[in-house]
Amino acid sequence: MADKVWAYIDHFKGEAYPSSWEALGAGRALAGQLGGGVTAVVAGSQVKGVAEQAFQYGADEVLFADDATLADFRAEAYASLLSKLAQEHKPDVILFPTTSRGRELAAMIAVDLKTGVMPDATGLEVKDGAVVATRPVYAGKLLSQAVCNARPQLITLRVRAFPAPEPDAARKGKLTAVPAVLVEGDIPTKVAGYTTGGGGVSLSDAAVIVSGGRGISNNPALTPPSGMDEKQAEIWRAQEGFKMIGELAKVLGAAVGASRAAVDAGYIPYEHQVGQTGKVVSPDLYIACGISGAIQHQAGMRTSKMI
Amino acid sequence: MKIVVCVKQVPDSAAKVVVENGQVTWGDAPLVINPWDEYAVETALRQQEAHGGEVTAISMGAENAKEALKHALAMGCQNAVLISDPALIGADSLLTARVLAAAIKKISGVDLAFFGRQAIDGDVGVTAAQTARVLGWPALTLVSAVSQLDPGVGTIQVERSVEEGRQVVEAKLPASISVVKDIGEPRYPSFMGIRKASRAEIPVWTLSDLGLEASAPVVTWPEITNPPKREVLTEIIAGDNPQEIAEKLVEKIIEEKVL
Ligand SMILES: Cc1cc2nc3c(=O)[nH]c(=O)nc-3n(C[C@H](O)[C@H](O)[C@H](O)COP(=O)(O)OP(=O)(O)OC[C@H]3O[C@@H](n4cnc5c(N)ncnc54)[C@H](O)[C@@H]3O)c2cc1C
Ligand SMILES: Nc1ncnc2c1ncn2[C@@H]1O[C@H](COP(=O)(O)O)[C@@H](O)[C@H]1O
Repeated sequence: MADKVWAYIDHFKGEAYPSSWEALGAGRALAGQLGGGVTAVVAGSQVKGVAEQAFQYGADEVLFADDATLADFRAEAYASLLSKLAQEHKPDVILFPTTSRGRELAAMIAVDLKTGVMPDATGLEVKDGAVVATRPVYAGKLLSQAVCNARPQLITLRVRAFPAPEPDAARKGKLTAVPAVLVEGDIPTKVAGYTTGGGGVSLSDAAVIVSGGRGISNNPALTPPSGMDEKQAEIWRAQEGFKMIGELAKVLGAAVGASRAAVDAGYIPYEHQVGQTGKVVSPDLYIACGISGAIQHQAGMRTSKMI
Repeated sequence: MKIVVCVKQVPDSAAKVVVENGQVTWGDAPLVINPWDEYAVETALRQQEAHGGEVTAISMGAENAKEALKHALAMGCQNAVLISDPALIGADSLLTARVLAAAIKKISGVDLAFFGRQAIDGDVGVTAAQTARVLGWPALTLVSAVSQLDPGVGTIQVERSVEEGRQVVEAKLPASISVVKDIGEPRYPSFMGIRKASRAEIPVWTLSDLGLEASAPVVTWPEITNPPKREVLTEIIAGDNPQEIAEKLVEKIIEEKVL
């Protein structure tokens, strides 16, 4: 019999996202009040290692789907799997990390199971047997409480908003193998590959971030090579600036962020944008260089511990 | 090609949003088309320009959501439909997805439905995936480029902006797509477009037009509050030269154990 509280373990090709462990930790806290243990769901291809890690981080049971059709995350295949498992075992709560995958998966399962999804929660509380999720809305200008009167309650947790438990290498649990639900022919998408590989530290998980803004292009100590027009010289200066930011980030083990002005001006790709229309981050240390702190930028970083 | 683009009316991103007497207000800040949805409209128009056909903008909301639809028309969409019904006040994402899916079905023969990445009021970011699930269509979320589209064969290839980088995904039409900013800057409405939009009669569909019954929302929001004042200490680190300032800053950072 699976537990009332489940946590979905998000990983990329067998490498778990640290925020998955935060979900397991938050799951344990809920289980303390709702009763029972915590069941982790691990799906993929050749991802036994992730399942073992899940035990170490606090899972009592792992529902484990290991199948070639699950090698790439495809929301339709994963959602059908989770929906079927949830229909069979009837959990009260399923927690997901708020990664692109976690959010999409929760969204689809909610449709299958006619229940609600409460994305990007920063706080959880149990009241009368139901989970009350606190979530920022209006780009964090307000806080909303949300409750779901259907089951399971699907909640994605904002990355770094919940403490990650310490792993215990000796901890073991019950591994339950489950089959994939969709066959290849029924999965409507194919992943053809990746054009840019994900090197470097991922912004949302980073404990330290160094960001650059429009001011990066305004280093009076730099003389651009001759023959450049004004725009080229500006971009050249900015790129020199981001080189410095990159070096600092490397030394600090930090991720590189940027303001929208820097992205729009073509200094750095969009993947680095922090803010309302970029990534929402909450590192321990946020170093902003040449950024004025517009409200839309702050919407993405104001909960950092030190700025 | 028949294309639908879903747009929502939201308070401007610079609005000072607060809770007063339990009500969310944004003073006299304007309501605007959700900024992400402008990217969705832009993408829809580019596909229509490349492959022919027409783009219909749809919005579920109150009468004032017509303004968002007019913006979409002014940008170049051919049609617009408002879905409005008193029973939809307080709708949650599941009901929103059912309504949008029903409208897409009613428009009929739709090849592609475009969405913004998320609406900047509720910051939910699930509608594209949920609408796709209701329709039984593939969901291509967080798309940063449409690399191939063959309406004849009915196939599409996109690049998605995910944590690991750009993922290339292929699917069959019809499909539901949410877009991110890299897809391309939205165009400004043209003068002609604005004139045309201001004269447009936007049809309004109710739940019964869609053959839907209102369902009570599964998710409710018992309370919405101003966030607690964060204790913010502001300190300016001064010194005679950059070297000295940097040393003091480093000391401070180490002292606070944030590194
Ligand atoms: C709908 C909407 C969504 C948005 N979303 C985002 C978002 O997600 N993220 C985001 O960042 N913005 C967003 N914006 C844009 C935002 O309003 C600002 O325009 C943007 O953040 C400004 O970027 P910046 O701080 O780099 O540039 P600026 O505001 O131009 O600031 C540059 C700063 O650099 C400083 N500077 C100049 N020279 C030097 C020097 N030599 N040394 C040190 N400092 C120097 C200047 O004093 C100034 O403070 C959004 C706007 C809208 C309307
Ligand atoms: N009421 C609505 N009417 C039309 N489109 C909507 C509505 N709500 C959400 N959407 C679409 O779904 C996207 C994601 O919204 P959300 O899931 O609410 O964050 C938006 O960018 C719109 O494209």
